[in-house]
Amino acid sequence: MLKIKTPKSGKAKREIEKRAPKLVESGKKTLILQGTKTSNVLNAVLTEIYHLKKDSAVRYTRKNENIRPFESGGETSLEFFSLKTDCSIFVFGSHSKKRPDNLVIGRTYDHHIYDLVEVGVENFKSMESFTYDKKLSPKVGSKPFIAFIGEGFESVDELKHLKEVLLDLLRGEKQDLIDAGCGNLNLAGLDHAYICTAVSSNRVFFTHCAMRLKKSGTIVPRMELVEVGPSMDLVVRRHRLPNDSVRKEAMKTAKEQPKKKVKNVSQDVIQGKVGKIYVPDQQVGSVALPYKAKGLKRERREAKMKHETNDRAPKKQKENSE
Amino acid sequence: MTGMDTQEHQIDLGHLMAFDPLHHFPSPPTSREELVKECLQKGTVLVQLIADALFNLPSTEDIDGPLVKLPPPMTRLPREKHLPKPKPPTKWELFAKAKGIKNRKKDKIVYDEQTGTWKRRHGYDRVNDDKDIPIIEAKMTDEPGEDPFVKRQAEKKKRVEKHEKNRLQNLKQAAKVGALPSHIQLAATALPITGTQAAPKKASKNELQDIASMAAAATASGGKFDKKLVGEKPEKHKGKYRKFLPVVEGTGIGSQEKQQTEKVLNRLISKNSHEILNVDKAINMYNVKKEKKRKNQRGKDSSTSSKLKPKKQLQKKSLKKGGSSKKGKSK
Repeated sequence: MLKIKTPKSGKAKREIEKRAPKLVESGKKTLILQGTKTSNVLNAVLTEIYHLKKDSAVRYTRKNENIRPFESGGETSLEFFSLKTDCSIFVFGSHSKKRPDNLVIGRTYDHHIYDLVEVGVENFKSMESFTYDKKLSPKVGSKPFIAFIGEGFESVDELKHLKEVLLDLLRGEKQDLIDAGCGNLNLAGLDHAYICTAVSSNRVFFTHCAMRLKKSGTIVPRMELVEVGPSMDLVVRRHRLPNDSVRKEAMKTAKEQPKKKVKNVSQDVIQGKVGKIYVPDQQVGSVALPYKAKGLKRERREAKMKHETNDRAPKKQKENSE
Repeated sequence: MTGMDTQEHQIDLGHLMAFDPLHHFPSPPTSREELVKECLQKGTVLVQLIADALFNLPSTEDIDGPLVKLPPPMTRLPREKHLPKPKPPTKWELFAKAKGIKNRKKDKIVYDEQTGTWKRRHGYDRVNDDKDIPIIEAKMTDEPGEDPFVKRQAEKKKRVEKHEKNRLQNLKQAAKVGALPSHIQLAATALPITGTQAAPKKASKNELQDIASMAAAATASGGKFDKKLVGEKPEKHKGKYRKFLPVVEGTGIGSQEKQQTEKVLNRLISKNSHEILNVDKAINMYNVKKEKKRKNQRGKDSSTSSKLKPKKQLQKKSLKKGGSSKKGKSK
């Protein structure tokens, strides 16, 4: 006794198709939300992250008391929100005495929790506290440079995991074309960079800078970094790596993309590649001519009048057809 | 720049990412500003490296600026959703492949023989519409009372139902593999029937309440501490199955204890005594006997004529009436 349910409008169908799993995936959306208690610092951090990722992020402002990412039962709400908003990265902020200014950055696979990293925020400086030339401020949505400094990112397990998660969080949108290998980048639009430095085995200094490109001798401009955005110290507290089987499945790549059909191109055995060009109908009779009628040209008229006043009696002038 | 390349830097152009794995802070940085400055310095170096590689890529000129084609990224990141599974072939597709039937593209406009014009294949005012047929010739196999037009419509309806059923089966097969098209959902309209062919009856509100209270009573504490839903009423039968007399009696009619013991005593004595007549039981026994006798006599008298029968019965009835009245008075 099954019934086939299909969307009744084209718009609904298009929305569902956008959320369907694809061969090559476009950028992940981020969900930013908070738990029962938040501090001022944490609120500022969450809003700034939201501003950094304005187009591809969803901000929930209510308090959610039943979300505990590291406990087995406390992730159902997160998975439900991820399903509803179609977000596969989430940033969950909470504040408690044991874990002050806590941020849990997690990723989902198929709307189930894939992995989690818990960091504490210290020494936070918000965007407003930095003074800089406003002309340099980066535009929303431009692709950032990401730099990771420090041997900790390779030697310490938690920092390695954090590096991967930060890369996923900070990279820009429109990744599907770049992943496929045909993405284009406009070099004039490069204006900001994220710098993450592993200061010690559990502390990462994170900052966001605008880039100024200065003229140098070669085609490559000289880069100058000006600190712009939020800067904070991330102290890694806990983390959960993904299951091996889930990890294997998530890292599977599509083997080959089927070649996109190019329209109006066909292969002929004799002539080879043949293309069709459609030329629109040319209305030769009704095209407006660029040349005005002789009598209408004002300069000609005025010049003639001036000429006449200077010289002999005025000739019979042609009438202007206005 | 190249002089400083003694250190190994990993550059991933697809992500515009640079990683310096060999840097380490030899001593804890003295102050925060120093730390920030050092980080910015190192950051500048890395960013410059990426820019070097980036600007050396072949670029195309565009109105907004030079466009550069980024190479695919080297670091692999996990997907957010599973890979789409290929749809299993439908029953028709399998059949067509086996038989070698190729799909032929059909035109949208078809020539209509009847009117002699070009009409569309599907939709309003279409070719070969059922309602445009003026005359259907009768065949030898037709029954006289049948309406051929209605018959045609019924056949079409059956065909459409069959197509829908096949489509549902194909979708179920796809759903089993996990390759259901994203815009289609299969929803269950009713629970499956088990056992008899009768459809499950919808339970009424009272029935549901009874069942719920029965289920609640199955717990160790008799359902007393179960969490009740919003709007759920408390159970009707509170569970008091024994009635205890009050310890202190008020001033009322008679003594409750005396009444209770009298009731019990009467019951006991009446069960074991032979003299006391149970009126109901006596009447029942008598009626059953009467019925039996009537049946036997009817069977015996079937051979005799019908005229004689009613009189005999009347006589017997009067006799019986007297007997029963006597019995009733004897109590």
